[in-house]
Amino acid sequence: MNQKTIVSMEHITVVFPGVKALDDVSFSLRSGEVHVLLGENGAGKSTLVKVLSGVYRKNAGTVYVDGEEVNFSSTKEAQEAGVNIVHQELNLIPYLTVAENIFLGHEPKKHGIIDWKRMFSETETILENLGVDIPAKAELRTLSVAQQQMVEIAKAVRLESKVIVLDEPTSSLTDKEIDALFEIMRSLRDKGVGIIYISHRFDEIKRICDRATIMRDGKYIDTVDVAETEIDDMIRMMVGRELTDMYPKTPAEIGDVLLEAKHFSTEEKLRDCSIYVRRGEILALAGLMGAGRTELARAIIGADPIHAGELFLNGTKISVKHPKDAVKHGIGLVPEDRKQQGLVLGMSIGKNITLANLSKTMKSGMLNSRVERSLGDDAVKNLNIRTPNLEQRVKFLSGGNQQKVVIAKWLLAEGNVLIFDEPTRGIDVGAKSEIYRIMCELAQSGMAIIMISSELPEVLAMSDRIYVMCNGEVRGELTREEATQEKIMYYATGGKDHEREED
Amino acid sequence: MKGKKIKFSNIPTTVITLIALIILCIILSVASPYFLTQKNLTNAVLQCAINATLACGMTFVILTGGIDLSVGSVVAFVGVMLGTFVQGGMNLPLAILLSIIIGGIAGVINGFLVTLVKLPPFIATLGTMSIGRGMALAKTGGRSIQGLGSGMKFIGNGTILGIPVMILIMVVVFLIGIFLLKYTKTGRYVYAVGGNLEATKLSGINTNRYIMFVYLFSGIMSGIAAVMLTGRLDAAQPIAGDGYEMNAIAAAVIGGTSMTGGEGGLLGTILGALFISILNNGLNLLNVSSYIQQVAIGLVIIFAVALDALRSK
Repeated sequence: MNQKTIVSMEHITVVFPGVKALDDVSFSLRSGEVHVLLGENGAGKSTLVKVLSGVYRKNAGTVYVDGEEVNFSSTKEAQEAGVNIVHQELNLIPYLTVAENIFLGHEPKKHGIIDWKRMFSETETILENLGVDIPAKAELRTLSVAQQQMVEIAKAVRLESKVIVLDEPTSSLTDKEIDALFEIMRSLRDKGVGIIYISHRFDEIKRICDRATIMRDGKYIDTVDVAETEIDDMIRMMVGRELTDMYPKTPAEIGDVLLEAKHFSTEEKLRDCSIYVRRGEILALAGLMGAGRTELARAIIGADPIHAGELFLNGTKISVKHPKDAVKHGIGLVPEDRKQQGLVLGMSIGKNITLANLSKTMKSGMLNSRVERSLGDDAVKNLNIRTPNLEQRVKFLSGGNQQKVVIAKWLLAEGNVLIFDEPTRGIDVGAKSEIYRIMCELAQSGMAIIMISSELPEVLAMSDRIYVMCNGEVRGELTREEATQEKIMYYATGGKDHEREED
Repeated sequence: MKGKKIKFSNIPTTVITLIALIILCIILSVASPYFLTQKNLTNAVLQCAINATLACGMTFVILTGGIDLSVGSVVAFVGVMLGTFVQGGMNLPLAILLSIIIGGIAGVINGFLVTLVKLPPFIATLGTMSIGRGMALAKTGGRSIQGLGSGMKFIGNGTILGIPVMILIMVVVFLIGIFLLKYTKTGRYVYAVGGNLEATKLSGINTNRYIMFVYLFSGIMSGIAAVMLTGRLDAAQPIAGDGYEMNAIAAAVIGGTSMTGGEGGLLGTILGALFISILNNGLNLLNVSSYIQQVAIGLVIIFAVALDALRSK
């Protein structure tokens, strides 16, 4: 096979405010190969491909495409050089036809007006060559996600890409659709296109990929031949880091089962998920992005409908059809996207804190601003929220302080169960440690804590027990003692219980 | 925040609207000797009573991020019903109560379309706006109902302790509205829903209930406004209230209520309604044609919102 190197990235460093997202990373792609980027969430894979495709500017290092040094400042420039990225979240326009999407910005013209006939016929040719059966005139929104993905790929093919980046393309596809996608990838590869593939699923990686580059914490670890490397070895390279003492885990007395969800299923994602959490316990829901953890949390608090499942609080069955029912039963959610779901950004700190339990601020039937202020002051003091005053609108607070406001809201609501969805995402290191300390204190006070986290060190350090989810199912359960990064990754990437026991 | 330095962007919009209103009054009192007379000022306030009442309901709706285009048509329909009741010999207080209830029902229909049918508020109320107008015209065959008796005249033109009844109604409506927004859970949730619907819902609040409430409230305000207008005209006209929704929106917006929801309040709205009314009044005194007055109002709206946008940068 052709071994020409088409992309070579050398010593790439990217610095974001406060973080080194990439630290001296090198990577090369040959034409006619599928090269997977492996690493945990936050390892820098997406940053690396975004540097290649002109989304981010590098702070140091050199990028060569076809042997020539390039310095793309926009995706358009990258496209012109033959580098195309198919994003995880599709960038297509739902009300336009397949052909219009494929030719968007490059519409064929005749006498200054769009040459529709040529556009449709060329689209049909491209789709036919890819072996996909999608009508060129169909509106995009009528297609399945998998078909939309194919349209994205067709778009990249039309641009005569030398390099195509596929960022987790299979996360929403069925097995059959994945087979079709791989067929297309193989045919592109045989035509000499270099494919950069980002995925967490090792079964797929083994099937389709030639080489793997492993990254961790923004650093380059190694590049290996996929066929000759054991999955376990790759996992070890992905996660191998030491835990530091930024996790102030303190033991709490673990009591009876407080909340139990049995056989939760939803139309879209969840399949027969059963979990329970005890008083004083920090329970982790581990897994990769898209595993269904957030969906399970939202189903438990009644934010999304379930089509099967029962919820028990203290052994009594409860009905939770709306978040208001959950709050009434003392179950709160600290959502992953706190700006969209956790806070009313334009409101003051004080008003956000009292939102879930406004009754506490009532005096003789009216909202009382003095009571509200004193409740807010207490929360600010207890959780060490750094702000000039309570009137400050939460949109002006840092991520860590915003998170504390959400937590303060639930503390005032006097719940028993608090679900933290990625509690430390986008939060600086100092505040992270404070959030962990707060979680431990809440557990010690007898609350049950469920922590959804994609960060393995966080899961291992903070939790008493761990469920690992994959593809909408609970794949494994691990105690604090038996949990290792490798075991979690094993389940998270699709491994099943019985297979593990055979090792 | 160091020292006592006042930043332009820190001054509440209400204060700016108030300053603008005072400046307008100063200019007009210099320009016209008639402006600063008690009779003229009472008249100017009286002119804004109906718009202010509608704007009060509109403010609640806009605070949730919605809009109620149906208010003008509801005013017409309720007015026609009221006229029919009164001419049919119904007891006046009962007829008024029924009218307000009909306004409330119209609001509930809007609320139902927005919360349960999940229509965008603009579309839902655009529909009911057309339906309301059509029903008012159909009910009367396009004719107005004249001569409704002394009771209705009293509402439109009477005074209590020297204060026009219309102004008293407006003041009571605003006191209730301000109380709701500041001292009740409902008011707080109205702001929260407009600020961030999802976060409010996840905080355990039945958001649909409060969205329903604002449309109900706006409908009731339309009912009250219909009673006021019918009394003022001493007639029920199916074409009455045309364009009232836009004036109500203008008052709220000039008063600093954000169309995206979550920010603003009734103090601003009443200042906005007064501003429009006094501007119209002043331009009348100065013999400016009513066509040009529309241009002036339009400029004020654009200026007020542009100022807000610049300040929040």
